[in-house]
Amino acid sequence: MNAAHAGRAFRAILWRELLRFVQQRERFFAALVRPLVWLLVFAAGFRATLGLSIIPPYETYITYDVYVVPGLIGLIQLFNGMQNSLSMVYDREMGSMRVLLATPLPRGYLLVARMLSGTAVSIIQVYAFLAIAALCGTDMPPSGLLPLLPVLVLTGLTLSALGMFLSSRIRQLENFAGVMNFLIFPMFFMSSALYPLWRVREGSVWLYELCRFNPFTYIVELVRSTLYLQVNGLALAVVVGTLVVFGALALIGYTPARGGPAAGRAGSGG
Amino acid sequence: MDVAENTSDPHGEAAADAAPVLVVRDLSYSYGKAKALDDVSLAVRPGRVTALLGPNGAGKTTLFSLITGLFDSRRGDIAIAGHPIRRERSRALAALGIVFQAQTLDIDLTVEQNLRYFAALRGLPGRAARDRITALLEEIGLTDKAKAKVRALSGGQRRRVEVARALLDRPALLLLDEPSTGLDIATRRWLVGHIHDLARDHGIAVLMATHLVDEVMPEDDLIVLNRGRVIAEGRVDAVVRQSGTADLDAAFSRLTSGKPEAAP
Repeated sequence: MNAAHAGRAFRAILWRELLRFVQQRERFFAALVRPLVWLLVFAAGFRATLGLSIIPPYETYITYDVYVVPGLIGLIQLFNGMQNSLSMVYDREMGSMRVLLATPLPRGYLLVARMLSGTAVSIIQVYAFLAIAALCGTDMPPSGLLPLLPVLVLTGLTLSALGMFLSSRIRQLENFAGVMNFLIFPMFFMSSALYPLWRVREGSVWLYELCRFNPFTYIVELVRSTLYLQVNGLALAVVVGTLVVFGALALIGYTPARGGPAAGRAGSGG
Repeated sequence: MDVAENTSDPHGEAAADAAPVLVVRDLSYSYGKAKALDDVSLAVRPGRVTALLGPNGAGKTTLFSLITGLFDSRRGDIAIAGHPIRRERSRALAALGIVFQAQTLDIDLTVEQNLRYFAALRGLPGRAARDRITALLEEIGLTDKAKAKVRALSGGQRRRVEVARALLDRPALLLLDEPSTGLDIATRRWLVGHIHDLARDHGIAVLMATHLVDEVMPEDDLIVLNRGRVIAEGRVDAVVRQSGTADLDAAFSRLTSGKPEAAP
């Protein structure tokens, strides 16, 4: 693979994703409003009712809005991963995916470039959200913001890989809403995003077990520990493992051995 | 153009001796148990327009998906400019320009943005890409639409842009999958004429799938595909003669329906 060619192609794919994001203003505002509603409305209500003990990585008692920030970062990246998935199904329906995959570069490289571009968009959203959260008075350690960047690349890629795998399985755009409902909300609610797992266990042991097997829990915990400059080895291992599994499934899903989804609309000509 | 100029040979006699740019050998493909292509072999030579004529469902689009690497088949071989698609995918695709049947431009980008995006995907450096885009837009008569969103273009204009896009990287082989679908007569005429100009003036090997007999010119090479099999091939006049009919329309009907079509 020619490095200059690969670099130009990656910049083009990234440019197209960023341009698409900028052009879709509603998408940008929705991406920001969704976590801000949780932070400014739900967290304000829960703050009074939900007591939190001191749990790692926190060293003191914290308010609920502080607890929920890593979960909302995960939520942004989760929605973005699904948005990427939707956009890939759309590209397939519109034929743009055929153009991309008929490019003289390795298919794996093109798909990874696509995932990285989606991740870049999610990272912009995360930092915009963190800036607004800080302005609204949510207490966050500024020293954790820079180390958070590589972790966001990892978690964003993991959720993009999940989205890409889903896009390889979804045959039609119309089926997408169903997948969103059956995946995003259970993944988000059955995790440590909104409440600590010890609290969940008090309410329901089986729900606690489900949360423990949910990779999104480890994405949230990896973000949480990194924000407070700690390394959560288990969360890191689970997130990397999830990336490898879904990344491999996505690549297999876009392998053209049996026609695959890559071909998209073949046209009616026959 | 990088490909050898061929202006003094309008009937492509020299091209008949040139090494084929596309070689398909013993290619078969199935969707589950349904056979879409059955032992297909063909060759497309530089400077020639080869019409792949077949009714709907003949296997044309499946064949194109295999040539462009979107599908893969273990049964048979495809080589573009001497590079086998399975073993040297990137090199094979580098020699290929494609116009898909369905329109594949990003309608939210401008014409120029679409072309720049594709040029970068093909690895063209910025300045070379800009110069090439300017030249191609002039060639297709859409210089004034460079900054227009594709969404605002007519179907015919979009198709012209797709042809320009396929030519950005100066391909040795140009594939067009039913390119006139949905176009008005004037645009269809322009398209067919332009394709022949490209083959004649720039030595590009063109493979054009169509089910419309009137898009095939008498001087073209012809491959008739029906139910996944090549049922006739050769120069248009030779195919007509062999079929025992008066013209290509009658020959195509006879070949694809199996019914006798009496010559007047």
